[in-house]
Amino acid sequence: MAAEARAQESVIVAHGLTKRFGDLVAVDHLDLDVRRAEIYGFLGPNGCGKSTTIRMLCGLLRPSEGEVSVLGQALPRGAETVKRAIGYMTQKFSLYEDLSVRQNLEFLAAVHGLRGASARARLEEMYARYHLGELKERLAGTLSGGQKQRLALAGAVLHEPELLLLDEPTSAVDPQSRRDFWDALFDLAEAGTTLLVSTHYMDEAERCHRLAILDRGRLVADGSPQRLMADLPGSTFRVDCGQPRRVQLALAREAHVLGVAQIGSSLRVLTDRRDGADWLRERVRAIDADAEVEAVAANLEDVFVAATRKSAVEAAA
Amino acid sequence: MSLARLLAVVRKELVQLGRDRLTFAMIVGIPTLQLLLFGFAINLDIRHLPAAVLDQANTMHSRELVAELASSQVLDFRRVVAAPQEIDAAMRRGEISVAVVIPQDFETRLARPDRPAWQVVVDGSDQSVQAAARQLSAFPLASLDYGAAANRPGTRAVPSVEIVNFYNPERRAPINTVPGLIGVILAMTMVIFTAMAIVRERERGNMEMLIATPLSPFELTIGKVLPYVGIGLVQVTLILLLGELVFDVPVRGSLLEVYLAAIVYIAAMLSLGVFISTLADSQFQAMQMAFFTFLPQILLSGFMFPYDGMPRAAQWLAEIFPLTHFLRLIRGIMLRDAALGEMWHELAALAAFVVVMLSVAVLRFRKRLD
Ligand SMILES: Nc1ncnc2c1ncn2[C@@H]1O[C@H](COP(=O)(O)OP(=O)(O)OP(=O)(O)O)[C@@H](O)[C@H]1O
Ligand SMILES: [Mg+2]
Repeated sequence: MAAEARAQESVIVAHGLTKRFGDLVAVDHLDLDVRRAEIYGFLGPNGCGKSTTIRMLCGLLRPSEGEVSVLGQALPRGAETVKRAIGYMTQKFSLYEDLSVRQNLEFLAAVHGLRGASARARLEEMYARYHLGELKERLAGTLSGGQKQRLALAGAVLHEPELLLLDEPTSAVDPQSRRDFWDALFDLAEAGTTLLVSTHYMDEAERCHRLAILDRGRLVADGSPQRLMADLPGSTFRVDCGQPRRVQLALAREAHVLGVAQIGSSLRVLTDRRDGADWLRERVRAIDADAEVEAVAANLEDVFVAATRKSAVEAAA
Repeated sequence: MSLARLLAVVRKELVQLGRDRLTFAMIVGIPTLQLLLFGFAINLDIRHLPAAVLDQANTMHSRELVAELASSQVLDFRRVVAAPQEIDAAMRRGEISVAVVIPQDFETRLARPDRPAWQVVVDGSDQSVQAAARQLSAFPLASLDYGAAANRPGTRAVPSVEIVNFYNPERRAPINTVPGLIGVILAMTMVIFTAMAIVRERERGNMEMLIATPLSPFELTIGKVLPYVGIGLVQVTLILLLGELVFDVPVRGSLLEVYLAAIVYIAAMLSLGVFISTLADSQFQAMQMAFFTFLPQILLSGFMFPYDGMPRAAQWLAEIFPLTHFLRLIRGIMLRDAALGEMWHELAALAAFVVVMLSVAVLRFRKRLD
């Protein structure tokens, strides 16, 4: 029960977190609550403020407005204390390309105050866990995308941080490596590390315990992926028809259609109408008589489309 | 402040330096090249300088003198002129760089020990020309033996030839240039190396990772800069050695004091580099800014032009530059056998520069990205 209480403990709490760059509002009044040992996802398109938020949480950027505390420390005051207890994996590879894998990790170990036998033991553990043993003497700049990513992860967890912030860790990595990487993240979460992962991959977002969807700096939805899908205000349909492209263009103009995407020869349509099926069948048949409409289960992409669409409408209003 | 973290940065920097062939080549190449270029430009045995002759005496002796000068091949008489103004004009146009002037009273002057008998007018804007003219003055001229013999050789108070230096009244020799070059080379390499090394971390994105660690700005800066103190001392040694071996430039004062002065000066240059790194966004910008600090130093410090001849405002400005103070220190120690203690105020000026620059730099260096 003590463990349960621990699990409920908040690691990151933010209220109205805002960052402005001149006139641009990169992060707009964000509220966050990340709990211990969970994998929390940031899902959002390019430029929605994922990196900027993570940088503020690491103490690298000062918030323009709002309050944020990380591991019980109010930022920016407690930034230096926080830096000892977090690991940060930057979006762009930021270890030294002209140092070897070993030299990079030894440097980080020394910077984090690991010394002597315990440092050596920890490095060996890292080589083994992230399959870096063979690559030890290779220059980091000569590694492949997946190898670099494993090195960067090793560098970020070397000092056993309580909180790990990963900024789009799996871009530039093949699907198999991505799966392996996520296994490594689950291992870390199981060991008690809190993880915050930004991504724009739906399948990755779906693996998170909880999720925040960001759009143009604003939090447009949050909760567990299952919860978000269940709460989707609307429904999703598959439309099979002979002229999918024509139907798509026509539907896209409908106010009640939140999103249409072509998948193979069929269309995936998201509407915000409760009586979606009948309404949609009528609309579609007016364009293409042979169309079949069938309700399908919502996925995260639908949640994402609905949430961003809603925020766009609100912004316009 | 943790020594372990500081040393970690130093070690990392050294490994990176060891792998960086270009920087390595620059560390050795820049001093060697500059020293040899500057040194030999002065020492070079130059021949066939375009020259004019103004023979106002037109006696047997004067004609013999001109013939002898011509046969020496140092001068190539392109023109015979009739008036001093023509020399002026021809030199301004760059047609000639040397003019031999033999005055009307050449014969009487030859016989008198207190006045030079003839003149060599030199385009002083060209260092190699000056040097060649100096050779002329030492040239054994048979035609002058007559006059000299008539006047008991070896007792002339004034050499028979007078060299008039146009455009550059202060004559230089390697002996004066080499100590100065230590300062100039360090002003160039130290500032560029440090500024670029620090900006490189930002440009390549390493800084974002570093700021998220417990590493403090002080540890990072000092750790990155320390290896360059060693490199600076290697450069000093290289210049001293080459100066001694190739140009016979002596260290008349204490060698230890040369190095002491050099260390304080290197610290000044490094802190300037650190300051520049807080202003520059890219390595290219850092390089430009480094040159921006380098040029006025070279021009105003007394390396190129004599300090005493500069306008008051320029002199004041020069007092800000570390190179000005270092030149006085190094010339004093190396050439005049002065003690560091006698020039403590120059050392204090350098130390003040370090303190001010580093304070400003550390204040500007925020451990944040914005
Ligand atoms: N230092 C900065 N100065 C000015 N604008 C910035 C700065 N950093 C980010 N921005 C702007 O803030 C917005 C959010 O950027 P951010 O990098 O946080 O997005 P992101 O969600 O990480 O995008 P991506 O998926 O492309 O990495 C963008 O419009 C970006 O141009
Ligand atoms: Mg980003």
